[in-house]
Amino acid sequence: MADNSSNNAYWQANLNIIKVCLAIWALVSFGFGILLRPLLKGIPVGGTDLGFWFAQQGSILVFLAIIFFYAWRVNKLDAEHGVEE
Amino acid sequence: MDQFTLNLLVVGATFALYIGIAIWARAGSTSEFYAAGRGVHPVVNGMATGADWMSAASFISMAGLIAFGGYATSSYLMGWTGGYVLLALLLAPYLRKFGKFTVPEFIGDRFYSPTARLVAVVCLITASITYVIGQMTGVGVAFSRFLELDNTTGLLIGAAIVFAYAVLGGMKGVTYTQVAQYCVLITAYTIPAVFISLQLTGHAIPGIGLFGNDVASGEPLLTRLNQVVTDLGFADYTAQDGTPSSVINMVLFTFSLMIGTAGLPHVIIRFFTVPRVADARWSAGWALVFIALLYLTAPAVGAMARLNLVDTIYPNGVAEEPIEYASRPDWMTNWEKTGLLKFEDKNGDGRIQWYNDANSTFDADVATPRGWKGSELTVNRDIIVLANPEIAQLPGWVLAIVAAGGLAAALSTAAGLLLAISSSVSHDLIKGQLNPGISEKGELLWARISMAVAIGVATYLGLNPPGFAAQTVALAFGLAAASIFPALMMGIFVKRINNKGAVAGMVSGLLFTLVYIFMHKGWFFIAGTNQFPDTIQGSLLGIQSTAIGSIGALVNFVVAYFVSNATEEPPQEIQDLVESIRVPKGAGAAAIDH
Repeated sequence: MADNSSNNAYWQANLNIIKVCLAIWALVSFGFGILLRPLLKGIPVGGTDLGFWFAQQGSILVFLAIIFFYAWRVNKLDAEHGVEE
Repeated sequence: MDQFTLNLLVVGATFALYIGIAIWARAGSTSEFYAAGRGVHPVVNGMATGADWMSAASFISMAGLIAFGGYATSSYLMGWTGGYVLLALLLAPYLRKFGKFTVPEFIGDRFYSPTARLVAVVCLITASITYVIGQMTGVGVAFSRFLELDNTTGLLIGAAIVFAYAVLGGMKGVTYTQVAQYCVLITAYTIPAVFISLQLTGHAIPGIGLFGNDVASGEPLLTRLNQVVTDLGFADYTAQDGTPSSVINMVLFTFSLMIGTAGLPHVIIRFFTVPRVADARWSAGWALVFIALLYLTAPAVGAMARLNLVDTIYPNGVAEEPIEYASRPDWMTNWEKTGLLKFEDKNGDGRIQWYNDANSTFDADVATPRGWKGSELTVNRDIIVLANPEIAQLPGWVLAIVAAGGLAAALSTAAGLLLAISSSVSHDLIKGQLNPGISEKGELLWARISMAVAIGVATYLGLNPPGFAAQTVALAFGLAAASIFPALMMGIFVKRINNKGAVAGMVSGLLFTLVYIFMHKGWFFIAGTNQFPDTIQGSLLGIQSTAIGSIGALVNFVVAYFVSNATEEPPQEIQDLVESIRVPKGAGAAAIDH
């Protein structure tokens, strides 16, 4: 429900990066870890299936990757738009 | 050297370290007291955030919950880590740019409303106090088990230590002690886990061992675990309850924990301590690195402890006779003394039958033919982590480090919560509402006084825990999820939200969540006063009260949006404020406000 009144390119670019990151965040946890687990039943991982792995290990690893990617990407974006400190 | 002396030496050494840091890191200004002078390196802040966040519940209780709950408890793992993604992407950098000291201060300024600030203070204090009770009781338990002190003495020693470094050093003292406490707690958690993983699977990394092969049988560890627990009538460890209502509840519960985590003030204020906005982004990532070290290990600790426990009771396999009570291992005898492990010989054969006697099919088909008359062992799940080194027969110094680790986890979280409470009282209530003209010196004095009072209240509640202490964690997360998180997020991302919308949203989200929890857990947690049972089928909306924070947050968003759009736009200077917090440029200037 973000509004568009802040119509500058920097903020729009930032919002787009956030949207992609949150889509991945939701996919690995709510998706692979819970809702889509039945679909991943066929992929065995150590005595269980890929969905269980995502719920107890994979989602946390992906969360880490998302935060570091976001920090790197947006710090770069700051410099591109000349709004860094 | 006996175990008691060893415990005393290790715990004593860690306490001396915390006091030494306290003397070194005294705070001289309000900026140092509230935000450690904004000079904390992002990695250091990440480590302190890890200790701040990982409480007695994470350290002591979580692996036990997982051990006995299996897949369904993955909500805790995903929820308590996924919140950091929200914090890093949606809150931390912008609140750091805003450059003030407390969460209510942001809400009050952004929504140009002392009422909004007051609502935020009330939420913050309620959530933090309920949370701190659990930490103080955790300190008491750890002392009484490992140092053979009575509960009260243990708690008073713990309170005195926190008093020393939190009152003297404020955020500065708390930050550097939390770094030391993180090192102690993560060492204590991982050493036994690595040993046990090596013993069972040959993998040194527990998270990999969890999906590895069991050395003894050659089949995957989880396959064997599923086999033995189902053979004893328990639920399959890795299976998912696929009924739609259960899946929806798991999603909502996970989401509540995530937004609750992102909205807990004692975590948010840690990001005010770093020098730049860019550092706040990195620091959230480092915080999750340090938290993930424990959270990736916890599911392995849980599963392996469950398997070890079954193997201890049924040394020749579950199809054979369980062990005799007389020949039980020493650790069981030790924990029986605390009352957290109980044995009752129901069929009088002198052996320990442990199975799921609530499973009627299993009872009829297996238990009764074998002459079993009910499960004879009661295990409190909180002992799993603390007893783990003993179950795996690790040396005494490991046990001593685990004792110090449990105390570090409880003390570091307690200090963080107390800091959030005291800065809110001195900065939001005294300076913000009662006496705006107060000098910096006067405010610093009040910050220390309110810290001392908060420690006193927390110690009293730790000694006399209200009967509902265990229930209140749901309340703390519910309040943070339904009131604080949505208000902060809308304050940054939706410029159109005005003072009326924000207050209406926070109050309705808060009331909805509170009333729903009370209707299912009892009004003010008084047993028997609930209108609905707290189960998925029996509840009012088909949602358990622990998961209702998600819906409360939704109520907050919707009400705030419609009320704001039906009333006037926020004034120009507020719109400019929102514009300014959206870009990092100029953060240095914003930080110098006195």
